[in-house]
Amino acid sequence: MAKRKRIYLDYAAATPLDSRVMKEVILHFKKSFGNTMSLHSFGQAAKEVLENSREKVASLMGAQRDEVIFTGSATEANNFALKGVAFANKSRGKHIIISAVEHPCIAESAHWLGLQGFEITELKVDKYGLVDPKDVEKALRKETILVSVMHANNEIGTIQPIAEIGAVCRKAAVFFHTDAAQSFGKIPIDVDKMNIDLLTASSHKMYGPKGAACLFKRKKVKIEPLLHGGGHESGYRSSTVNVPAIAGFAKACELCREEMASEAERLSHLRDKLISGILTEVKDTQLNGHAVKRLPNNVNISFFFVEGESLMMQLDLMGIAVSTGSACSSKKLEPSRVLQAIGLKPHQIHGSLRLSLGRQTTKEEIDYVLKVLPQAVENLRKISPFSR
Amino acid sequence: MPDNKEYTKKVIQHFKNPHNFGRIKNADGIGKVGNIFCGDVMWVYIKVGKNRKGKEIIKEIKFETFGCVAAVATSSVITDLAKGKTIEEALDINKKEIADSLGGLPPIKLHCSVLAADALSEAVYDYLFKKKKDIPEKLTARHERIQKELKLIEEKYQDYVEIRKRALGK
Repeated sequence: MAKRKRIYLDYAAATPLDSRVMKEVILHFKKSFGNTMSLHSFGQAAKEVLENSREKVASLMGAQRDEVIFTGSATEANNFALKGVAFANKSRGKHIIISAVEHPCIAESAHWLGLQGFEITELKVDKYGLVDPKDVEKALRKETILVSVMHANNEIGTIQPIAEIGAVCRKAAVFFHTDAAQSFGKIPIDVDKMNIDLLTASSHKMYGPKGAACLFKRKKVKIEPLLHGGGHESGYRSSTVNVPAIAGFAKACELCREEMASEAERLSHLRDKLISGILTEVKDTQLNGHAVKRLPNNVNISFFFVEGESLMMQLDLMGIAVSTGSACSSKKLEPSRVLQAIGLKPHQIHGSLRLSLGRQTTKEEIDYVLKVLPQAVENLRKISPFSR
Repeated sequence: MPDNKEYTKKVIQHFKNPHNFGRIKNADGIGKVGNIFCGDVMWVYIKVGKNRKGKEIIKEIKFETFGCVAAVATSSVITDLAKGKTIEEALDINKKEIADSLGGLPPIKLHCSVLAADALSEAVYDYLFKKKKDIPEKLTARHERIQKELKLIEEKYQDYVEIRKRALGK
C-alpha cells in the first residue's frame, strides 16, 4: 500500500516548531547556555538574549518589556495569575470571577482557591460561548479582586468581547486577566486598548517550542510568586531561565507579527470551506461556537449518532489527526465542560469533533478531509442502533 | 502509521473491521444495554439453534453499537466468542475473557467489556423470557441489576429520555 500523507488538524493542541524558530533555538542551545543570574560574560550574554526576547514578546501584545514574566507553560502562567493575585490581594477582598468556559488550568485553580477560602463566581455563557460584559458588571462586588475571562476558547474558538469586559473591570478598579493561549499570535492583541491587566500567552501554540510561556502583568498589579528561590524574573518566578526556548518563543512572535494578517485571512477561508463542506456533505451535523466571532483556525462540529472518540480514530486510521470533546476520550470520562456550558446535550457532545488548522494546512488537505470524512461518519453510523 | 499506545492492535483491528455487525431480522432474543447519556449503547441480536447433542446454542449473533473504540471492539469480539457456544457457555463469557481476547483494554475502558457481556446476557434473557422457558436465578438477578442501573441513569438524565426515544424511533 502506498504510504499516505498524514494530515495534522490539531494545531489547537500543539503546533509543530517552525523551522526558522528551530534554527534560533538550536543556536541558543549552543551559544546561550550561561545562567542569566551569573555576572560573568557567559551569564550576561544569556541575559542579553533573554531581555531581547522579552522585548519581542512584549511588543506583540503592545506591552512594556518589564511587564512580561516568562514561565514554563501557559498552565503555570494561569495558575500564577489566579493564585498569585488572590494571595497578594486578599486583604482587599476574596472574590474572584471566571467564566464557565475557561481552560481547566483556570477552572481548577479557581476551584482550589475556593477550597482556600476564596469565593468564586462562574459566569454563564450564551449558546455561542460568549460572556456578556453586563453579566461581569452584575457579578462584581466590592470584595472582587480579579476577573479572568479567556480571549478565545480552546474548544470552540469563540472570541470574547475582551475590551468591553476589560472596561467594566477598569471602571470598578478590579484587575482583569485574560488567558490568550489560543489567540496570541493568531489575532491582534493590544493590552492597552483592550484594558487588560494580566495576560497569558504560550509559545507552543504559535510554532514555538514547548516549555516557554509568559504572563503579562501591569506594574500596578500586586502578585505573589508561585516559585520562590534565587529570584529570577525579578523575583516573580525563580528557576534557571530556559533561554533557548524563550529565544524561540520570541522568534515565533516575530514571525507571527509579520504573517498574522495574511495567515488569519488564509485560514479563515479554509475554515469556512471546511465548515460549510461538512455541514452540507454530512447530514445530522451542527456547528458549535460562533460563526464569525471565531478563531481563524477553529472548527468544532457535532455529528449526531456517532461517538467522537470512534470518529477521531476512524479519521486517524485514514491519516487525519483531530480531537474530540467526547467523554469517552477524556481521562475522567466526563464530557466537555465547554460544550455543556453552551447548552449542548450529552448526545451532541459525544459526537463533537474539533479540527484546528495551522500554518501547514493546505487547500488540498481540506479537500481530502471533505472527501473522506463522510465515509468515516458513515462507517460508524452503519453499526449504530440510532441511525436508520 | 505508528502504533496506537492506548489501544492494542487487536482492539484497532476489531474497530476497523468489526465482525458480525448489523441487525438480525426476527431475532430470537435482543439485548439492549448502555445509554446515550454515558456514550455507549450496545444492542446484541441472537438466533438460537441446536447442536448435534440437542443442546441450545447461539447459532447466529450480530451487534449494533454506538460508542467509543473500546465499545465497538468489545461488541465485535463478543460475537466471535459467543457464536456456536451453548447458552450456558455463552452466559459464562466474562469481562476478563473479553478483555483478554482483545489483548487487554485501558483500565478506564474495562467497563466496555462489562457492557458487552451484559448485552449478550440480556439477549439470552430476552430469548428465554419470550419462549417462557426456565430462567436461571443468576440470570434473573443479572437482568434485574442491569435494568436497575438503566433506571437510575434515566432518572438522572430525565430531560434526555425524550431525545433517546426519538433517537430510537419509538
